[in-house]
Amino acid sequence: MMRDERLWMALGWIVLALAPWWLPWLGGYSALGTKVLVYGLGVMALNLLLGFAGGLSFGHAAYFGLGAYGAGMTLKYLAPSTPLALLAGTVVGGLAATAFGPLVMRRRGIYFAMITIAIGQLLYFVAVRWNEFTGGEDGLAGFSRQPLHFGGWVLDIRDENKYYYVVLVCFTVAAWIMRGVLRSPLGHTWVAIRENRRRAEFLGVRADLYIWAAFAISGTFMALAGALNALLFNFTSPQDLHWILSGDFVIMIVLGGMRNFWGPLLGALIYIVAQDYLSSVTDNWMTFIGLLFMVIVLAFPRGILGLLRRRGKAAA
Amino acid sequence: MSLLRLDRVSRHFGKLQAVQDVSFEMNEGELRAIIGPNGAGKTTFFNLITGFVPPTSGDVWFAGESIRDKAVVYRVKKGIVRTFQITEVFPDLSVYENVRFGVETAAGVNGRPWLPRAKRLELARRTDELIEVVGLAAKADRVVSELAHGDQRVVEIAIALTMNPRLLLLDEPTAGMGDAETDHMVDLIRRLHSERKLSILFIEHDMSIVFGIAQKITVLDHGRLLAEGTAAEVSVDPQVRAAYLGEEAKA
Repeated sequence: MMRDERLWMALGWIVLALAPWWLPWLGGYSALGTKVLVYGLGVMALNLLLGFAGGLSFGHAAYFGLGAYGAGMTLKYLAPSTPLALLAGTVVGGLAATAFGPLVMRRRGIYFAMITIAIGQLLYFVAVRWNEFTGGEDGLAGFSRQPLHFGGWVLDIRDENKYYYVVLVCFTVAAWIMRGVLRSPLGHTWVAIRENRRRAEFLGVRADLYIWAAFAISGTFMALAGALNALLFNFTSPQDLHWILSGDFVIMIVLGGMRNFWGPLLGALIYIVAQDYLSSVTDNWMTFIGLLFMVIVLAFPRGILGLLRRRGKAAA
Repeated sequence: MSLLRLDRVSRHFGKLQAVQDVSFEMNEGELRAIIGPNGAGKTTFFNLITGFVPPTSGDVWFAGESIRDKAVVYRVKKGIVRTFQITEVFPDLSVYENVRFGVETAAGVNGRPWLPRAKRLELARRTDELIEVVGLAAKADRVVSELAHGDQRVVEIAIALTMNPRLLLLDEPTAGMGDAETDHMVDLIRRLHSERKLSILFIEHDMSIVFGIAQKITVLDHGRLLAEGTAAEVSVDPQVRAAYLGEEAKA
């Protein structure tokens, strides 16, 4: 089974690496592929908390948005450096998640969800009100991603295809780290807390501290996704902090399957491609996503990847 | 040497006197049973030892140290490990994952996001070894909630063993089990005692098990210590017969 998974991962990665070639052939474009990877990274980060540690965060757009604003403002006000912008966005979002963690770590279920939403909305209103610095409702513009310098060699990532590969590298590294953590004792502890918090605590595990760690790590990678997203569009707005986006993240995770590390990526793929295609056909594209969501929740609670896996197991 | 000693311990819940003035001593390597009719205070007695409730008065000693005011987690680290009347496991995880979590917790590596290969292999070996000890090797990859009730309780004991207990407390280990499952559990308890030299204290309703394996039996009734001794001694004790065994015989 291990070997199987590695084979699938290698195949998947090759498909992703070749995306700028085959995407146009299917009527897509590389920025669409970039968006799928960015959101895929974000929801995989959220799923580390939601699917593995059992922390129902409905406010994770907060860290996506902070990553976006952190990166955008760095470019706009501090220095024209892409690596610095990505780093700054990730650190800002990660630190915020670390700071807010103690507020949520002892809450369970619906209370956990409510507090995470409240924190997200707080940040949303800060972004809306703090006009002169954040651009208010209109969003933050006036920055753009800058070419990468490797010694004397310059990679001009303003080109969409090249930026796709920057995102693919970030995605790969982040996914590799998250997968490693989930397979470590720390990851095992999160799952144990999700399964039976009381039992884990009887064994001497301080569950709240581990939930805090999950929240911080999840928020950090979510912020990286937000930073990458801001640089993709050279723009960010308060919508990137809003609870509606947080809800979209959860929908993507449920669509793809939350008990699987890669499920959320599949969910992001379906959601974003459907959005891209359907929104050109009808304004009510969300209706179709909603219907699909209901079918999945009612019929395949383990998500689409969960369904595919079961099929695979039955066949094997 | 005395491993566990309770010194005139009482516990009241409001007006209910769950445990009254009980003194108790148990030696290292002993296999001891606690019996008594329903409401005799057996579970409260367990909770006093494990620290789930503090005593109203009296003192609790473990391995020469007063643990009266120590938290559950401290006592677990010292080696007082229990199982529960209701099965407490991680139901959606495999047997292996259940035991591995215990092994990693006992090794104090819970918070590590990464382990060196040697350490990982060592913990995997320990996990395999404990699964082997309790006789679940063939079911290691099965999800626990899909196992028979008896096997789930065995998983619970495996988790308890990961904590390196010096004193293992089992709360009705054979409750709700069929004959084959009961035999398996009794055999496991006996082996843990004789092969792994574990000190075991267990609550049990099934008299054939109690008289079959316990070296010594403590009888509680209405929160008081009624009698203590070997199976032969306890079974002829007139007070015990009146309070407990007589009831059984009539029923």
